[in-house]
Amino acid sequence: MSSPRPISRSLKPLVFALCLVPLAWVVYKAVFVGLGANPNEALNRYLGDWALRFVLIALAVTPLRGLLKWNGLARYRRMFGLFAFAYVCFHLTSYIAIDQFFDWNEIWADISKRYYITIGMATFVMLVPLAVTSTNSMARRLGAKRWKNLHRLAYAAGAGGVIHYFMMVKADLSQPMIHAGVLAFLLGYRVVAWARRRSPGNPDRAESTGRPIQVV
Amino acid sequence: MLIKIKNPNDPPASEVTPREAFLDRRQFLIAAGLAGVSVRAILNPSSAEAGVVLQGVEKSAYTVDEEPTDREFVTSYNNFYEFGSSKGDPIKNSRRFNPKPWTVAVEGEVKKAARYDIEDLISPHQLEERIYRFRCVEAWSMIVPWVGVPLADVIKRLQPTSRARYVAFETLFDPERMVGQNRSVIPWPYVEGLRMDEAMNPLTLLTVGMYGEELPNQNGAPVRLVVPWKYGFKSIKSIVKIHFTETMPPTTWNIQAPGEYGFFANVNPRVSHPRWSQAKERRIGEGFFSPKRNTLMFNGYADQVAGLYSGMDLTRNY
Repeated sequence: MSSPRPISRSLKPLVFALCLVPLAWVVYKAVFVGLGANPNEALNRYLGDWALRFVLIALAVTPLRGLLKWNGLARYRRMFGLFAFAYVCFHLTSYIAIDQFFDWNEIWADISKRYYITIGMATFVMLVPLAVTSTNSMARRLGAKRWKNLHRLAYAAGAGGVIHYFMMVKADLSQPMIHAGVLAFLLGYRVVAWARRRSPGNPDRAESTGRPIQVV
Repeated sequence: MLIKIKNPNDPPASEVTPREAFLDRRQFLIAAGLAGVSVRAILNPSSAEAGVVLQGVEKSAYTVDEEPTDREFVTSYNNFYEFGSSKGDPIKNSRRFNPKPWTVAVEGEVKKAARYDIEDLISPHQLEERIYRFRCVEAWSMIVPWVGVPLADVIKRLQPTSRARYVAFETLFDPERMVGQNRSVIPWPYVEGLRMDEAMNPLTLLTVGMYGEELPNQNGAPVRLVVPWKYGFKSIKSIVKIHFTETMPPTTWNIQAPGEYGFFANVNPRVSHPRWSQAKERRIGEGFFSPKRNTLMFNGYADQVAGLYSGMDLTRNY
């Protein structure tokens, strides 16, 4: 990897701080303003929304890098991925601690009987190994190929998050549809990029940034 | 005659938060500011916040031994898809809705079929305040002081024929005034229904107000049903048609998702919704760290209504 330009390096703390804004905002509102008639539901939904948004943001890095011809963007992928995992953890914690109040029987009944929660929980489980193997040393230990294969789980996690959202909505599917559309674009981009790499005669390839688009 | 069903443990109706507390200007401005209500809403006197006080309301023996939910929550957390599909939509999108004049068409198996002005339908009867538990199918609940007349009294006056076995209700369909109806999120108009004996049960209230005032638009102005032993979606809002029929009428959420919402929709902690448990409920207004409450069979009204369903399999007839 080329050495980061100073401008990009200085952006990293700023991006990190921006990723914390949704959390800070909801904490501020909960403490000083209140979260409305059903604060438990409001907090859980809010954190779930941001968990899914960060999963999609992390999945957007590679396509945007190709489309904007901005290789430096790849530097933020791990951060976005870890924020996605963090918001999933906040969402899950608010469900266990504040919504169900550690009622483990109810929680188990939810996981085993309500399929949208089964899928949500499976999505969380898929993200755990990705977070654990996100460090440089873990990537080295796994080897590039195995690491890359493992981290393809991020696609399944994106799909899991969107399906979880679809299944919990009562009637108005517009929001889940928007998220599904974004996910379809991000995954579709990878399919197209993969197909292009397999056809070396494709003229688009010559115009690319000099190195093949890395599809992860 | 009103059958007194007061529980000796029940406190007097005087425990209802006094209306003055809600109308207190200072408190209201603070609450409105915190709730993010726009300045326009505060300045618009026709908006839901400043309701018309209902006169001649009799306190009824139908009450519960719990504090009513803050009016602010009851008017800002609403499932009323006619004004938008998220719970904060109705208060915003119903602001300019004018429910007057209002007529209700009475049709079908009934002798006095006609189109009635809302006044003519309600005013022959004594308005009562009844404090009921309100349990949404989404596992949250409120305590609401409703004002209305027993539906049974109205039905008796309308004289249904012997063939009338069900009563069907219909909400206004007017996408110009109800913006949510411009999208086909659920089939319009919203329809609901009750079996005749359910409609005639003394608990069933044809409701025109709450907290001593006319119904706010977002709560179903000017006239709605309140069926306290059933999930909230049975309590249809902004009614324009009452149809007496021999056959079980279609109901909106049952059309939308028949595996999730039945015709009866009685509150039942033992029968789960396919996507969540109904054993417990979140009481609105209790804040972050209070655990959920146990849901009561028939929402605590089993003594009055369990007999309506004797011999019925309530797991199948959910």
